[in-house]
Amino acid sequence: MPESQVSMQVNGKAVEALVEPRTLLIHFLREQLNLTGSHIGCDTSHCGACTIDLDGKSVKSCTLFAVQANGADIRTIEGMVNADGTLHPLQEGFRETHGLQCGFCTPGMIMRAYRLLQENKSPTEDEIRFGIAGNLCRCTGYQNIVKAIQYAAAKINGVPFQEAAE
Amino acid sequence: MIPGAFAYHRATSVKEAISLLAQFGEEGRALAGGHSLIPMMKLRLATPEHLVDLAGVAELKGIRADGGDIVIGAMTTQHELIASELLSAKIPLLRETSLVIADPQVRYVGTLGGNVANGDPGNDLPAVMMCLGATYHVAGKTGERRIAAREFYRGTYVTSLEPGEIVTGIRIPVPPAGHGYAYEKLKRKIGDYATAAAAVILSLNGGNVASCSIGLTNVAETPLWVEEAAKILTGSALDAATVKKAVAAAEAITSPANDARGPAHYRTKMAGVMLTRALARAKERARG
Repeated sequence: MPESQVSMQVNGKAVEALVEPRTLLIHFLREQLNLTGSHIGCDTSHCGACTIDLDGKSVKSCTLFAVQANGADIRTIEGMVNADGTLHPLQEGFRETHGLQCGFCTPGMIMRAYRLLQENKSPTEDEIRFGIAGNLCRCTGYQNIVKAIQYAAAKINGVPFQEAAE
Repeated sequence: MIPGAFAYHRATSVKEAISLLAQFGEEGRALAGGHSLIPMMKLRLATPEHLVDLAGVAELKGIRADGGDIVIGAMTTQHELIASELLSAKIPLLRETSLVIADPQVRYVGTLGGNVANGDPGNDLPAVMMCLGATYHVAGKTGERRIAAREFYRGTYVTSLEPGEIVTGIRIPVPPAGHGYAYEKLKRKIGDYATAAAAVILSLNGGNVASCSIGLTNVAETPLWVEEAAKILTGSALDAATVKKAVAAAEAITSPANDARGPAHYRTKMAGVMLTRALARAKERARG
């Protein structure tokens, strides 16, 4: 099959490449662009480890072809760090509240949480849990992931983070 | 998992899409959100040689009022259905249903047209469209036609669409103001298809059912419209005895598969439980 020319913005940089139409976006990101932060977990659109931000939507990049992202504006975990090298509030939140153990789901969790906080600046615990329902974590039991997102929301909103009593 | 090789085409109009699909015949498939098709391609259960992507077809997007109907473009995503103020005000059943489809990431990409046209009895919106009396706008090489949702589904993945035809829009009559509605879905976990689900809309007049419509998801080879149960309920005050009779009529037309979601008799009973709950919630929400 003839390859297709694609161009897109990835983490603020213009990218042009030739891809086979059947190339999945996650493979394009990991293998052609060497952005291996987004993970392949289940490869069946369930687990969310491959979640990236595409044109203001959280998407599972194992279930899109790279050609579908032609012209898109994409952000992956590699694009989350601040320009001065400091961590994004979500990355900081996951570190501070022990939001990860093995870390495999974390890039997808952070990218999903990023879009969730863009759409809802101060989500309730229920809204956070509903919002990350497409991301599976086998280690944490989610408790500290919810806290990490609350931490980030507080930091972004400039209010002190208060842990709910357990 | 890597899909088989295919050639990719990005249509910019309905006309171009149907002309490409006509050219490719059996070898071509339309690509909407792709969240049913791409997993099938990764498993090599679908191996189209040509994909015609509809994402660039602007005329397939959008939600608009048209007289007493609302017309929704086939490429409107489930996320957009949830966010629509017009739909929340006029047909809140669509928001309630869309919120229990898959998960947030899938809803950003999954489309209404793909969900209703794919013919998967596990999809939630087909039974809702039957419940609402929706009509599908269809385009193909021989022209345009309209097909009632209640006559669209023939079997598992078998619909009234002819090869090369696509659903371009969905026309839904707005239910009466003050109507009650509910979509009750039993699932094992977020992202799962229904073990059984029931959609209800009804309107009350002096506490009695003036009109009622019921759809069931994933308890037969097609979504089901349960005309008999609705007839039994019409005129009643939704008293326990009448509801029981209607639920029995609904259960009687189910024929679910034995699968990982449970044995057939269990899923039939769960369809009855979902319908009972949906009727109760629709009644609470109805005014009149």
